[in-house]
Amino acid sequence: MGGMDQDNSTAIQQQVTQASHDKSVLDIRGGGSKGFYGHAVNGLPLDVTPHRGITNYAPEELVLTARAATPLAEIEHALNERGQMLPFEPPHYGDSATLGGTIACALSGPRRAAAGAARDFVLGTRLVNGCGHLMSFGGQVMKNVAGYDVSRLQCGAQGTLGVLLDVSLKVLPRPEQELTLTLAADFSDALTRVATLVGQSLPISASCLYDDHLHLRLSGARCALQAAIKKVGGEHSSQSTTFWQQIKEQQHPFFSRFAKQAGSRLWRISLPAATPHLLLDGEWLMEWNGALRWLTSDVSIEQVRRVVSNVGGHATLYRGGNNDDARFHPLSDGVAKLHYQLKRAFDPHGILNPGRIYPSL
Amino acid sequence: MQHEATHATPNINKAELLKELSHIVSADGILHETETMRPYECDGLSAYRQLPWIVVLPEETDQVQRIVALCHEQQVPIVARGAGTGVSGGALPHAHGVLLSLAKLNRILDIDPNNRTARIEPGVRNLAISQAAAQYNLYYAPDPSSQIACTIGGNVAENSGGVHCLKYGLTVHNIMRLEVITASGERITIGSEALDSPGYDLLALMCGSEGMLGIVTEVTVKLLPRPERVQVMLAAFDDVVKAGAAVAAVIEAGIIPAGLEMMDKLAIQAAEDFAHAGYPRDAEAVLICEVDGSNEEVSEHVATIRDIFLEQGATKVRTAQDEQERAILWKGRKSAFPAVGRISPDYYCMDGTIPRKALPLVLKRISEMSAKYDLAVANVFHAGDGNLHPLILYDANKPGELERTEAFGGKILTLCVEVGGTVTGEHGVGIEKLDQMCVQFGALELEQFHAVKAAFDPQALLNPGKAIPTLHRCAELGGMHVHNGQLPHPELERF
Repeated sequence: MGGMDQDNSTAIQQQVTQASHDKSVLDIRGGGSKGFYGHAVNGLPLDVTPHRGITNYAPEELVLTARAATPLAEIEHALNERGQMLPFEPPHYGDSATLGGTIACALSGPRRAAAGAARDFVLGTRLVNGCGHLMSFGGQVMKNVAGYDVSRLQCGAQGTLGVLLDVSLKVLPRPEQELTLTLAADFSDALTRVATLVGQSLPISASCLYDDHLHLRLSGARCALQAAIKKVGGEHSSQSTTFWQQIKEQQHPFFSRFAKQAGSRLWRISLPAATPHLLLDGEWLMEWNGALRWLTSDVSIEQVRRVVSNVGGHATLYRGGNNDDARFHPLSDGVAKLHYQLKRAFDPHGILNPGRIYPSL
Repeated sequence: MQHEATHATPNINKAELLKELSHIVSADGILHETETMRPYECDGLSAYRQLPWIVVLPEETDQVQRIVALCHEQQVPIVARGAGTGVSGGALPHAHGVLLSLAKLNRILDIDPNNRTARIEPGVRNLAISQAAAQYNLYYAPDPSSQIACTIGGNVAENSGGVHCLKYGLTVHNIMRLEVITASGERITIGSEALDSPGYDLLALMCGSEGMLGIVTEVTVKLLPRPERVQVMLAAFDDVVKAGAAVAAVIEAGIIPAGLEMMDKLAIQAAEDFAHAGYPRDAEAVLICEVDGSNEEVSEHVATIRDIFLEQGATKVRTAQDEQERAILWKGRKSAFPAVGRISPDYYCMDGTIPRKALPLVLKRISEMSAKYDLAVANVFHAGDGNLHPLILYDANKPGELERTEAFGGKILTLCVEVGGTVTGEHGVGIEKLDQMCVQFGALELEQFHAVKAAFDPQALLNPGKAIPTLHRCAELGGMHVHNGQLPHPELERF
């Protein structure tokens, strides 16, 4: 736990209270590594970065609590030293990534399909709502049904319902061993093969199809992996760790290709895993056993969303495009209404990151 | 015990409402006489009883929507009910409200083996999902003890767990999509069959919301492939502290067991007398540990855990040699509640969750309080995830004993909060733990909860008066009172 650790709750609370009083919009700023995700907020910067430090880590309880601006790298280092990990394998997108930003954006990495998403591991939060009220929800225990699950609700709310102060997470042991097998496969082969393998309870912790190569990461006890290798087949990859790191952090060349082509955008498409290949022109990369598909394409925003909606998925404009392009998939009227009512319940003056996800939310 | 009526009063009389309802639901789907409504006057928390105004049993989502819209228009409170197996009074009827039974919406609409999901109506029983999915070698993971009777709609409302939730999670981790009728009668879809959805995580908010935010009419659940192999072990200890340390040592060794349960001496003896599972009667604590996975992995984990248990001072470790022995080892644990019911006229089941490291302190304090209140306690513990069920033994026929029991129970839950835990791990707040909620949360949090409720249900028509106490109400204690060993659903396993 670093020398920069500091509890800055009171200062943050005071700033929010003042802004609430003045009805002035706040632009919540952590490490800035996920600034590209969502719309820019036009407001007074609220710098939360001084509020950092791991406040409790009990490996035998599988629980870690840290202040929101604690660097993600510091948390992962502490966990690694005790043979544990954040099971949702969050992308950092830069050295400045913090725990708060990770939870606020609810981003999960390659292990998501096997282990669960960021929200699945949130146990509790301390936060300041838009009235400047400092509150605690959930806790540091695995099971808790006291009150509404306001903590998980913060996951993906991008600060629009509250400024995260502390987050408690469930953590898990690191697998004893990980290895990657690579097979030649086209899209439909890959989908079928992955579904079959996962359906057999094989320990597949990540999958990626790109350029007709299916990469499968196996994680678990050494003995279990030896048995699984025989069932999966394929070639051992020697670059296993690097490959998944590049996929997770979008350092793989696929993810920057959109920038080289005028009018091209990088789409994150989330949909039911067994959905056949979508008829949208562009270059594809598949993860999460088919449930997450990245698309680099210059097809119109409306066309992408229409095709994805038709199969029960949603499309996020991840990178590229213009400032005023809608980044997130539109909500149905009924669900949108609940969003605006919830927003008012937490932030009646609309001062916390308004417009970051949807206009005036 | 009578529950105080709260909030809205209908602006329609009973006869008019019955007439309106008869346009929506056939005559056999409406109950309004005392005798026919009697089975609905309580859920598993039978100490609280209240006859509803009217019981309605729709068979289609469309009917649910029309009933909710009607109630919204006429200001009639609605209490949704699944199988009524909840143990915190969450389905306690409202005297001037409709008791909306979803039990007839019990169709399994679709099982999708490719996406490993099932789409089901809310009245489908928990166990029926796994039974239907078995043909694909799939199952639904959360397994609350009432799983042969409880419904998936109720599981969503309570965010139900089970003995396997350390590894496989709670309901919130195992559902993907809900169809919900909002308080105003609008039909909406929350979540999707993808792994995430845009906007706020309303799915998480709905889980455990105890019927306060909407009426669930369809659920898409995640199905898991059955593990290749399952193995169960029993370890005996001469000290509960050693047993607690053994649990921590297993987790620190990097193994997440599928289930990890602890029982103390009184619970062991009661269970052994009842189930004859071969539990050592002289042990101070036993651990029941289940591991699952591939054949090789299970063999390795069983050997590792066995070594750990012995290193931590286990006096005996036994591994089930076959499926029959596995069932017997579990039977002792699963019959702990009825077993305790045999040795005491009544018992009161608590549901606190604590950080596991606090277990020695909490058990010591419970033991001290047990002496002070002159009431015996048997402790049953979901040790893996810190969920403690102390069972306070009492006799309701002895004057003052019930009051002493409730005071003692309240102290235990306060203690759970003091050590960093919570007042309810899996039974829910319902009507039972309203005042313990005041121990757990401050006024600001409670106000925030009420604001969340108002965002979904501004007129407070859905299950009014449950789950979240008003700021001025932190009144009397309730409990899971069991007379002469008779649970409201004696046929169900309780763990």
